[in-house]
Amino acid sequence: MFDIVNIEKPDSLETALKMLSHNPDLKIIAGGTDLLIKMHNGTLENAALLSLRKIPGMDEIRCLDDGTITIGAMATFAGIFRSSIINEHLPVLSEAAVSVGGPQIRNAATIGGNICNGAVSADSAATLLAYDAELRILGTEGARTVPIREFYAGPGKVNLKPAEILTHVVIHKTGYSNTSGCYIKYSNRKAMDIAMLGVSVVCKAEEGRFSDVRIALGVAAPVPIRCGEAEDYAKGKEISYETMKEIGIYAVKASKARDSWRASKAYREHLIEILVFRALKEAVIRGGGVHIGEL
Amino acid sequence: MAFDVVGKRTVRKDAVAKVTGRAKYADDFFERDMLVGKVLRSPYAHAIVKNIDTSAAKALPGVEAVITHEDLPRLKYATAGHPWSLDPNHRDVADRLMLTDKARFVGDGIAAVVAVDTLTAEKALKLIKVEYEVLPFVLDPEKAIEPGAPVIHEERPDNVLGASNEEIGDIKEDFSKADRIFEGIYETSIVQHCHLEIQTAYAYVDSDSRIVIVSSTQIPHIARRIVGQALGIPWGNIRVIKPYLGGGFGNKQDVIVEPLTAAMSLAVKGRPVRYALTREECFIDTRTRHAMKFYMKTAVTKEGKMLSLHMRPVSNNGAYASHGHTIVMSAGGKFRLLYDFNSIKYEPKTVYTNLPSAGAMRAYGCPQIFFALESHIEDITREMKMDPIEFRKQNLISVGKMDPHSEIVVRTFGLPECIEKGKQLIKWDEKLKKYKEQKGTKRRGLGMACFSYASGTYPHGFEIAGVRIIMNQDGSVQLQVGATEIGQGSDTVLSQIAAEVLGLPYDMVHIVSQQDTDITPFDLGAYASRQTFVSGAAVKKAAEEAKGKALEIAARRTGLSIDALDIKSARIIEKKSGNEICTLEDIAMESYYDLVNAAPIDGNASVNMRTNAMAYGVTFAEVEVDMETGRIEVVEIYNVHDSGVIINPLLAEGQVHGGVSMSLGYALSEQMLFDPGTGRPLNNNFLDYKLQTIMDTPEIGSAFVQIPEPEGSVGQKSLGENTTISPAPAVRNAVLNATGIAINKLPMTPQKVFEEIKKAGLL
Repeated sequence: MFDIVNIEKPDSLETALKMLSHNPDLKIIAGGTDLLIKMHNGTLENAALLSLRKIPGMDEIRCLDDGTITIGAMATFAGIFRSSIINEHLPVLSEAAVSVGGPQIRNAATIGGNICNGAVSADSAATLLAYDAELRILGTEGARTVPIREFYAGPGKVNLKPAEILTHVVIHKTGYSNTSGCYIKYSNRKAMDIAMLGVSVVCKAEEGRFSDVRIALGVAAPVPIRCGEAEDYAKGKEISYETMKEIGIYAVKASKARDSWRASKAYREHLIEILVFRALKEAVIRGGGVHIGEL
Repeated sequence: MAFDVVGKRTVRKDAVAKVTGRAKYADDFFERDMLVGKVLRSPYAHAIVKNIDTSAAKALPGVEAVITHEDLPRLKYATAGHPWSLDPNHRDVADRLMLTDKARFVGDGIAAVVAVDTLTAEKALKLIKVEYEVLPFVLDPEKAIEPGAPVIHEERPDNVLGASNEEIGDIKEDFSKADRIFEGIYETSIVQHCHLEIQTAYAYVDSDSRIVIVSSTQIPHIARRIVGQALGIPWGNIRVIKPYLGGGFGNKQDVIVEPLTAAMSLAVKGRPVRYALTREECFIDTRTRHAMKFYMKTAVTKEGKMLSLHMRPVSNNGAYASHGHTIVMSAGGKFRLLYDFNSIKYEPKTVYTNLPSAGAMRAYGCPQIFFALESHIEDITREMKMDPIEFRKQNLISVGKMDPHSEIVVRTFGLPECIEKGKQLIKWDEKLKKYKEQKGTKRRGLGMACFSYASGTYPHGFEIAGVRIIMNQDGSVQLQVGATEIGQGSDTVLSQIAAEVLGLPYDMVHIVSQQDTDITPFDLGAYASRQTFVSGAAVKKAAEEAKGKALEIAARRTGLSIDALDIKSARIIEKKSGNEICTLEDIAMESYYDLVNAAPIDGNASVNMRTNAMAYGVTFAEVEVDMETGRIEVVEIYNVHDSGVIINPLLAEGQVHGGVSMSLGYALSEQMLFDPGTGRPLNNNFLDYKLQTIMDTPEIGSAFVQIPEPEGSVGQKSLGENTTISPAPAVRNAVLNATGIAINKLPMTPQKVFEEIKKAGLL
């Protein structure tokens, strides 16, 4: 039994926005896999909900003529990892999507919900950061676009105003073309778990050198982060075991890991170093044939 | 002995009902106007309840009753699911009230609400105002026994629930003769059963003014007695019904929700009330596995003969007694029949702390004690540079060994064959050679561990089982057993025994799966791996009685003597020729409708089993350790069991899969964590409590060495709990083999392994 007093199910974004501006207490439900837990725990009481499920097209995944990929906020993780567009162009996002929870969760949970919930452990967050994704947000005064890097405001907090709805995740061709990448979800279990650390790497190589390396981490700071120092260091470096090890060490600099009962700061920092190296190595291998020797 | 049904992979009696959803569990039953009960729990680990104001909660529309300790009889009762003892010195400690006026752990029940639905009940809980006097608390049992520690129960100011000192032989002398003396400290963690179906019950007062409780329990007859004691009403005024059960693992060999559920119903004049725990509540206010810390000291000769063992376990019992000291005592009795020590000194202490209460959990103290023993022995063999298998083998007991305290005699001992089988399955010698000089990031290793376990509780416990068999007109039978099916498969194996003895095809045995204390023969229930051994004996006896009655009619009909006749495939045959005389149906029809001799065939048996049978086994494991992250991967694992005759290989393999999986969680990831500053649970949910998923579980191999046990009704010994004893130490020993690192505290989480690797300078 959940403490739900009302649920609105508008069939258009216009109606949804109208409802939200009339009733600022309405909570958007977009899958419910986080929201229902809040109700179960009693942190959300007397919930008045607004469901986006009846709005047509909100789960569409499209590749536009210019190569821009748009993912509807209501696309489920099952829909994402089964999408041929995603698998062809954004394989790292597919990898992240299939790592979420278990089959039941992936069938219900949406990418928009995952982002707006603001959890630092969100599996999609690190990868979207690494792909330089943008978020298209609709409000009563019109649409705006924000880079996902600017969207996270703090633990569980995002820059979404009342009466605003995230409608699409957008990834430009420059964000993904000629890249290879890898997502490592490090968790205690191989399924049904949250990340102790999430590492997403997207990179481009030219003539044996890194021309662009993007490294994003989940659960390494209060919000998902990019590893600026490591990325800067990597640029133009020869692809070798040593540079990749070094990049792993640099990646720790961006992190703000802390001690908790889930894992110690020392262990988390150690994992960042090891797993960034491993993700990078895997990305390079997937990128095709650069011989980097054995570990 | 050749069997027709025993030993066959028959399909579980409840397989189709469970898969199709036809099987009804406690929450699938509904009564008209059923209300919902909820409990207000203490936010403090230790606090006196000074005052409770329930007026606002009572005033909330939809609330039918609010009760506190003041509304209930002040009768302290014992919750452990043991048979009642006529000897007052042999009874469980009675230290519990249905709702308390002193909270002893975070989550202790303070008040209860009965309302029209869950949401209303939950809202009412928030309206109850409790004034607490917060007391200092203690979570660590070794601190709890220090002078000046907070006193948890006034009756036991030293917080010691039980302390023993057992000595067999002369340890002083053996230690003085020893060439080498080894010491070690080994620790296990608090874990939980994690049965799928959480504790749930509903109660109402029936037309005879008796209280009916439908509950997810392993022990209906015992539950009835404890409800009577808690409420202070005659036991005969209570009826407990046990439907299909979604697992228990010992957590339902305890009376947890039933007394309060009955009290809730009585508070609303007998209207039906359902009291179902949430998973979060289940973690804190049911039972856990005792965390134990073992101080071990062993005397060994230079040839590797273990002379003497001095073991001092400290068992963390949590806030209330439940099974208490019995667990560490029981485990102490079971390990003694594995290795042939000259002398043993066993000094366990069970201590109260301000944590959730520990109780019975699959293998009852043995996963703890064998983690310590088998880790310690491994460490000894490493120190002495001896082969761990040969070392163990030369120290094993042999057939005829008798424990001087329990007087249990080992009649069959298949462990040496189990060890050989396990060695071959995992390719021990070949792989050990291969993994000798490893340097890389991923390192592999092999480990093994042995165990011994009993079949039932005799002689420490009383072992009674009841069975009734009624033959139908078509020759099929209803088999009614007091033993409870809780998912372990007892309905199936008991049906197989009945079919075997009666000469019936398996499908002609109809098991009555539901127990009802008004009509079910008296039996103690499901625990101690007793059902096949103890209840199986009662099934055999009742089936023999029914068979005798059928043959008597056949003898009367044919003029042949009873001894010359037998039943095979539901037909009466002449033993010598095998010729069919008539069908069993003919005989059954006569028993029902013969105008002169009609007397329907039945069999009734109550068996008081006064013997025990030691079962054995071994785990072989191969692991791969990631030397950078500390993650342990179990690559291969085999359990080889000496459980006598295996009645159903399919179910036996299932037991191994479940038991090994449970133990892998114990070894690698599971532990209940508490905030040291407040005593509050940190991970009482399935996201944060790392129960392993099927994706984390390797393929689990099983094998059985079948030596018929003379005291088993068809040669069987225990198996269910046994499967979860030795995997954790085998994995620990494999990690030691792979890395050279001995991890002496469970679970071996990646972070802990990482820290140990770092400490060892390997990173």
